[in-house]
Parts: sequence; structure tokens; C-alpha cells
Amino acid sequence: MTAYIVRRLISGFILIIVMSLVTFLLFFASPIDPAKQACGKNCSPALQAQTKKALGYDEPVILQWTDFLKGVVAGREYPNDPALRKTAPETIAHCPAPCLGYSRYSNDTVTNLIKNAIPVSLSLAILAFIMWIIGGVFFGVIAALRKGTVVDRGIVAVSLLFFAFPTFFTGLFLYQFISIKWKLMPIPQYVSIADGGVGTWFVGLLLPSLTLALFYMAGYVRMTRAFVLESMSEDYLRTANAKGLNPRKVLIKHSLRAALTPLVTMAGLDFASLMGGAIITENVFNYGGLGKLAVTAATSLDLPLTVGIVLLLATFVIIANIIVDVLYAFIDPRVKVG
Amino acid sequence: MARHPTTDTGRSPVTTQPAQPSPARGGDTVLSVRDLKVHFPTSDGIVKAVDGLSYELTRGKTLGIVGESGSGKSVSSSAILGLHDPKRTQVSGHIFLNGVDLLTLSEAEMRQRRGREVAMIFQDPLSAMHPYYTVGNQIVEAYRVHNDVTKKQARARAVEMLARVGIPQPNRRVDDYPHQFSGGMRQRAMIAMGLINDPGMLIADEPTTALDVTVQAQILDLLQDLQREFDSAIMIITHDLGVVAEMADDVLVMYAGRVVEYGPCREILTHPEMPYTWGLLSSVPDVHGDTDARLIPIPGNPPSLLTPPTGCAFHPRCLHRDKVPGDLCRTEMPLLVEGNRGPGHTKRCHLANPEQIYETEVLPVIAPDLAAGLAPDLAEEK
Repeated sequence: MTAYIVRRLISGFILIIVMSLVTFLLFFASPIDPAKQACGKNCSPALQAQTKKALGYDEPVILQWTDFLKGVVAGREYPNDPALRKTAPETIAHCPAPCLGYSRYSNDTVTNLIKNAIPVSLSLAILAFIMWIIGGVFFGVIAALRKGTVVDRGIVAVSLLFFAFPTFFTGLFLYQFISIKWKLMPIPQYVSIADGGVGTWFVGLLLPSLTLALFYMAGYVRMTRAFVLESMSEDYLRTANAKGLNPRKVLIKHSLRAALTPLVTMAGLDFASLMGGAIITENVFNYGGLGKLAVTAATSLDLPLTVGIVLLLATFVIIANIIVDVLYAFIDPRVKVG
Repeated sequence: MARHPTTDTGRSPVTTQPAQPSPARGGDTVLSVRDLKVHFPTSDGIVKAVDGLSYELTRGKTLGIVGESGSGKSVSSSAILGLHDPKRTQVSGHIFLNGVDLLTLSEAEMRQRRGREVAMIFQDPLSAMHPYYTVGNQIVEAYRVHNDVTKKQARARAVEMLARVGIPQPNRRVDDYPHQFSGGMRQRAMIAMGLINDPGMLIADEPTTALDVTVQAQILDLLQDLQREFDSAIMIITHDLGVVAEMADDVLVMYAGRVVEYGPCREILTHPEMPYTWGLLSSVPDVHGDTDARLIPIPGNPPSLLTPPTGCAFHPRCLHRDKVPGDLCRTEMPLLVEGNRGPGHTKRCHLANPEQIYETEVLPVIAPDLAAGLAPDLAEEK
């Protein structure tokens, strides 16, 4: 088991390095010239070349990539120019490890920008995840138990409705009616636990995470319903009933145990991708999470920031994959790892 | 059915027939099923999966229920355990288990009896066991439902039962998962699970169908051993007449949800009087017997239970219906009547001289050696 985890971690690590190279190559293959961007509109070719050198974009891409990797491990300086350090050390920005790059646009290290955004996205993702897992499984089980009745059809129809609504619609709807028109809740805004305590943090996150949860919940309702119904027609459920177990024990110990196991895979990957930021929801509610940061980076052609965010997201997904696989070995005895 | 009210077994004078069980007959009767009907209402109409089934089973005896897929064998046994969804099933008639009519019990009362008074083992032990729990966990669970014991005591009992059914190193194997067992061991474990509460009755629903032939014999041997030891009644559901010949004291042949022939095993296997039973016998390959013997499959498919054939349900596939005068087979359902060789053997057929037809037309084809009277009797072969 340990050997398996170590092996998965090593292969995951290699995958991340390859990912970084691919991301790097893709972004430098884009027609946008970062030096021209930094230099401004009225920029002579000479000045542009100078900027390019100052920013380090004159080096071959592979060298830039190895510099980037070195920066992640050891930190680096922007621009990396020993001569400049002697003459004007105040113009040099230090980017401590793990350095994911330096955003000229924000005049800050990518690591810092991401570090500020992660708590927002993480809070959103965790709250939404809890809501949609509880809601999705609960309503899915109810629908399965009441299969074919009005309750079942109602649950499936409503969940389909929320799945069909784009999150910006649900988000704006909740925002407009609950916060502005009916004033049931304060205007949502992110307050960290350190600043406002758990209560304020929770209230501030309720609407955006509900928006996300309603969207994701739809899929989980339908999957839970299908898996529970499937497990109910299994022979081992008939065995459990034939033993004389009470129906609740049959449902919880036998049916749900089998039905919810496949949900773990979905849940792990969905959570990971949500960690990378809910682009639309964060923008609707104006939350400074990774999603909003990614949009800002893309629209302002902030290449280092974009590379950093893409890499981080890829890392989340890779780690989530490993966690799900390892978890599976624990919850399904038939899965043999190694 | 409404067009032929006189042919409805539910309303026919069943009490005059000796093979019809009566719950008052003796304390030895474990199970007595009377006029059991299991109907499934669907949007297309009512599926009469079991329609007027009666039989009884005494302690220490084995009843074999034989029939093709869809003849209602498994449905009737699930009804004994009350495993049908009451919302989608209509069950009527009487099922007396140890003198109590199960169909009058509440769900909670029924639950107390499941696994304690009657247990069931299933066709495919791999799918019948939960893949996420150890074999021991599942056996312990079956024991603790009906016995107020600690986990430790229940586990000791589970190990004891596993040892009894012939699982090697039961102390260790008790913690294995079902997928770590072989097919035969899984079925042994299922038997251990079924017998752990010492039920008076065990229903075995095609217990050997999913197993290798060599393992089949071991499992049947084990069941017979345990039956002697626990003195339980066994109802074995199968389409394999070989299993019946090996195990059963009585045989009940089902077709389209009804009994078509019922009687002592030896009697049914040697002097069957119903063409469907002949068909089943003709479909069994005989490894010891004559190479001249032919396998004759029954033509056609089992009928739809939604719209069963009029008259005798078997008549569209029956090779001997032209021997019945008139159009009787098509128009009138035969009653379950006493066979030509005396009480205890009942059949549902219009044929007037089945014995003669069997000896002159059926037996010479399927077992020429038996027909010539040279080969040993089936019973001796056992």
C-alpha cells in the first residue's frame, strides 16, 4: 500500500512537471508578445528589445522553463540581471520559493496573488461540496425509495431544472431576490474566518456556494438515485432481506454502501476542479477567488499568472486523482492496489 | 379464467384430492402452501406468475420443484419469505409455516421469521453476497438479527458453522471477502449463513446451477448431510432433474405458474403421466445410459404469463394433444387429479392412458434400455 502511494506520488510529480512544460510551450506559442505588452503602446523596436531582455523573454523557451522550475524550488529574482542588482537594487523584485512567476501587470509575485485567492476558492468549494453531497445523496435516496411517485418525479424534475440553469442565472437570481429585494441575507462578500469569525464567514459564503451546490447537486441526485435503484435489484440485497434484517439496516448497510462508493470518484474530481475556482460564480458575486483571478489573468494577457493558475489547477486534479484511487482501495475490498 | 370457472383450482373442490395438503395433518408438517397465487399487476395486465399452487413439506424431507425458467418456481419461494414488494405484488392463498399463516402476518412479524424459521440460499453465491463485507461479517449479521449475543460470540458461532460446512481454516477465512472464496466455498458459506439460526426449513433456489459439476455434487452431499444433522425440511428449486433424483423425496412439476404433476420422486421419475414431465425427462442427457437414447427438447418456449394459452397451458407445445378427443386441451384446463397408479401422485392432464403412451412412445426413444426392461431401475441407480 505504502509502495503504491509512493509510486503514485512519483508519477504524479512527473506528470506535473510535464504539465508545466506543456503549459509553458502553449503560452509562448501564443501570438501575444509579453515584452510588447509590458513596453506599452508607443514602443520603439529598440525599447521593445530592451524590455524583452530585461524581462528575460529573449532566452530560449526551454531555458525559461528550467529557470521557472528553479524558481519554484529556490526562488528567483525579476529581472535576473546581476548588473542591475549592483546599480539599482530597488528595481529588482525578489520572488521567494515557491516562485510561480512574477506578474508585471499586478506588480506582485504569482504566488502571492494565488495565495490571496486560494482561501476564497477553498471556502467556496468546501461549503458547496458539503451542501451538494448532503443534498444530492439525501434527495437521490428519497427519490429512489419513492420511485415512480410524485415525490420522485418532483425531485428529478427540480434537479434537472437547476442543472439546466446556467450558474450565472441561479447566482444572479439568488443575489437579486434574496439579498437585494427581500433582504433576507446581507449582500454576500467574503470575510475570512480570522477577520469575522466562522458565522460571518459562513453567511458571506452561503449564496455563492448554494449557487454552485444547486448546479452540482442535480447530477448527484440523479446518480445517487440510479445507483441506489441498481443496488436494490442486486441479489445481495435479497439475501439481506431474507436474513430478516430491518429495512433501515438493509438500506444503510447494504444498499447505500454499494450505491455511494462510485460517487467517491465523481466527488473527488468535482471538488478538485472547483478548488481551481468557480469562474462564473466568483464573478457574479465579485469574490476574489482563483476563478476571478484566472479571468483577470486571461483578459489582461498576464501570461505568468495564467501559467501559474493552470499549473495549480492541474496539480489539484492530479492530487485528487491519487487520493480517490487510494481511497478506493480502502472502501472497495475487491480493488487491489500495487 | 372467467370463461372457465370450473377449471380454476382456487374454486375447485381441492379437499377431495388426497395430495392436497392440510395443515392439520400432523406436527411434522413444516410448510403447507395452499392455493398460493402471486400476481403482478402491470400496465399490460396481470401477470399470474403463480396461480393456485398447493403443496406441503414435512420435517427432514426434501421437496423438489422443477420447471423451466419463468414457470413460477422462484416466485413462489420468494413468497414464502415474503420478499415480494407488496406495492407491486398481489399474494393470496395460505402459506402455513409451522402452523402459522405467513400471509396474515405483519411485516415485522414476518421479519422475525425470515432467517430464523426459514432461510434461503441462492443460485449465484457471488452476487448473493455483499462484495464490500467479509463473509464472517455477513454470517455474524444473520446470526445477530435473531440472537441477542455479542459480536464475539456470534463470530465464534460463524467460525463453527464455516467449519461445519467444510471451509478449511475457518478461523482465518472468516475474515475473507466473498471474492477471495471459490465458487463452491461461497455456496458453502451461504449454506452456513442460512443454517446458522437452525431454521426448520431451507429453500435452495437452484443452489448448484452456477457451480462446476464436481462442486455441484459436493454441495448436494453437504445439503443432505446437514439435513440429516439438523433434521430440516429442504425445498430445492431446480430445472435439473438429476438434482431432483439425487435429493428429493417429493417432486412438484410446475408449468406456467401451476402444478402439472406432483408426487413422490421415484413415482414421478419412473411413471410420469404428464407430457410436460416427459418433455423434461427427454431433455436430460444420461451419461450412464444407452447411447441410443435421444435427447428430445420440448418444442417452443414457455408461454407468456400475461396471456396464457386457453385450456391446458401446455397444449401449444404438447406432442400428444391429438390423442385427446375433441378440442378439450385447447378449451378446458384439466383439473389436478389423482394419477392412474393410486393416491399421492397427482397430475393435470386430459390424456386417458398416459402410462401406456409413456411406455410405448416416450420411453423407447429416450431410454431404450429402460424400455426393454434390461437396465436397473432409476431408484437403484441412485
